[in-house]
Amino acid sequence: MVPLSYYVTLSAIVFITGVVGVLIRRNIIIILLSVELMLNATNINFVAYSYYFQNIAGQVFVFFALTVAAAEVAVGLAIIIALYRSRSSINVDEFQLLKW
Amino acid sequence: MGLFFFYYLAGVIILTALLVVALRNPIYSVLSLLIMFFHVAGLYVTLHAEFLAAVQVIVYAGAILVLYLFVVMLLNVKREDRYHPQLPIGAFMGLVIVTEVLLLAFQRRESDLPAMPPPGSVAQVAGNTETIGDVLYTTYLFPFEVASLILLVAMIGAIVLAKRDLFEKQA
Repeated sequence: MVPLSYYVTLSAIVFITGVVGVLIRRNIIIILLSVELMLNATNINFVAYSYYFQNIAGQVFVFFALTVAAAEVAVGLAIIIALYRSRSSINVDEFQLLKW
Repeated sequence: MGLFFFYYLAGVIILTALLVVALRNPIYSVLSLLIMFFHVAGLYVTLHAEFLAAVQVIVYAGAILVLYLFVVMLLNVKREDRYHPQLPIGAFMGLVIVTEVLLLAFQRRESDLPAMPPPGSVAQVAGNTETIGDVLYTTYLFPFEVASLILLVAMIGAIVLAKRDLFEKQA
């Protein structure tokens, strides 16, 4: 009913939205949120391919990608909290100690 | 009918994804991402991946987003986020990549990829959960154990990174 290219296009649009979000936002939390957008886009892609090729491996990979995303969010938010404690700011432009 | 569901879910997914990136208030961004997660779960249900849809709602909407809301409210971010000065460049790059991807996706070319779902795929022998469980504990057992290690490392790392220094306070 729904061709595979529709799912691929949807996944591409969401992924690019995530990429642009990482590039143009200055709030670290929103940047991490855009990374979650990218991960969701790849998950949609995997599940669509898993359905069209009748292979369960795509959904198993989504399962593991979900796990890794949860772990990454936990550690990333902990880093943000530690950053906020030391600098009182979550604007990425203010973390430029390594800039020469 | 299936096409109508797909258009509705895809439309709301794209709209809320754009809202996540475009809204100034971080709480509004997080809530719009929540709506996106629910519609992605609906998309999984239309692709006969019900177990993944349930896991998506429980893990993403029920755990990850709650973490984000905690942190956003803990840090008490004001609505001061201005767009990055490189916004025009970022938007232009996004437009270029979208055009490229759409051109690639709609190329008419002879290939052996199935464009439509295979016939007889509606009648499943076993349910989605049984199939995933069957494969997860036999073929993919090692990645399953490694995933549990990843979660353990993330838990320890998050605690170590976010706790206050006990020794400095007591001194």
